[in-house]
Amino acid sequence: MITKRIIPCLDVRDGRVVKGTNFLGLRDVSSPIDLARYYSENGADELVFYDITASSDGRKLFTDILTETASTVFIPLTVGGGISSVADFDRVLKCGADKVSVNSGALRNPSLIGEAAKLYGSQCVVLSVDVKRVDGTFHVFSKGGREDTGRDAIEWIKFGLAEGAGELVVNSIDTDGVKRGFDLEMLEAVCAISDVPVIASGGAGGAEDFITLFKTIPDVSAGLAASIFHFGEVRIADLKALLQKNDIPVRI
Amino acid sequence: MTGIIDYGVGNLFSLRSSLSFIGEDAIVSGERDKLAACDRILLPGVGAFADAARKLRESGLDKFVYEVASSKKPLLGICLGMQLLFERSYEFGEYEGLGLLRGSVVPIPDANRTLKIPQIGWNALHFPKDKPKSPLFRDVNEGDCVYFVHSYYAADCADSVSATTEYGIELTAAAESGNVFGTQFHPEKSGKVGLSILRAFCALE
Repeated sequence: MITKRIIPCLDVRDGRVVKGTNFLGLRDVSSPIDLARYYSENGADELVFYDITASSDGRKLFTDILTETASTVFIPLTVGGGISSVADFDRVLKCGADKVSVNSGALRNPSLIGEAAKLYGSQCVVLSVDVKRVDGTFHVFSKGGREDTGRDAIEWIKFGLAEGAGELVVNSIDTDGVKRGFDLEMLEAVCAISDVPVIASGGAGGAEDFITLFKTIPDVSAGLAASIFHFGEVRIADLKALLQKNDIPVRI
Repeated sequence: MTGIIDYGVGNLFSLRSSLSFIGEDAIVSGERDKLAACDRILLPGVGAFADAARKLRESGLDKFVYEVASSKKPLLGICLGMQLLFERSYEFGEYEGLGLLRGSVVPIPDANRTLKIPQIGWNALHFPKDKPKSPLFRDVNEGDCVYFVHSYYAADCADSVSATTEYGIELTAAAESGNVFGTQFHPEKSGKVGLSILRAFCALE
């Protein structure tokens, strides 16, 4: 039976891992390479590296870090942040990424999803969507969750799937950083229309939130979080033992 | 020395790194003569079957794969590289494979539309009880998880199946015949378990 994946997300800026609360007020945590190794040895099923660097120097630093990580960590590695073209896909894939997640870049240029899927295969293209409720409907936000695109999230996801996205990361801005649990209502709506794996993001405050997530929405393939792992509030090994005890299949 | 066949399909960074991590010398090459000097050969692959099969034939390296298979050298196909070892695939049509293993590559069935296709993630390995365990899995335990990414699988290959996994139905996770081996999953992405499989492959005589 396929297991539910637990995925720590490493937001990297200028070569360091940071994590924001509601995307604002970044805090420096640790070295991305050390953290990646630590997670891989302690039960993480996959890692997401998110490049929030703005400068080109920082970008070079990021690809160097990625190369070093991919040379010593042998679990799947997804890279996102600043991916706006097929050339960006190429750049991070050459450094050892297995999958590339697109977000704002795909909003600016929706044909990027299909172009990348044709070139690298659907399994390589992860559509990452930041979702927030606006007047009772789910809207897609861009620029790290700061700007309402006015697009309906469900329609945008349907479009991305039709173009060939092979996985979805759905991040709820309403619950992100609040640590009161995943956005079950929104995730349920996304799972209902997705035939590819859905990765839940935003809101994990403790191990119980993962149990609730997988019990309530068995269709969710993975749970992604950052700060609760980085600050040692939840150890992945403990979390997985707890999930197993609750009859949720995990890789031990 | 391990030779990784480069025929223009997929990303070989992780495969090369994983071998170097376990202390195994490896080269990535599309040249027959360089590959022929190696002690064992890896046939990687991602993407669509027809495209990969065409590229392998156009590069002339299909002949080299046959050469390896008929020698004593160990040959390991990974993911789509494993699928290419079979007789045919029904991915977007019907296409001929290398025919080194008996069987066909078919879509993962999902009659009730309850599965996510592709299967992406970590799934448990099970070993057939009526066969001796493959030397590739000498350090792998029943139920250990490895990482899969695929929409198609090898069917009608009972004689060569060396490991299975359950995804809706029982799927072929690995197959072998003589010196020809294949894994549907990615050992280079399967953590310690995966590295142990690569180590075992490199230790084959």
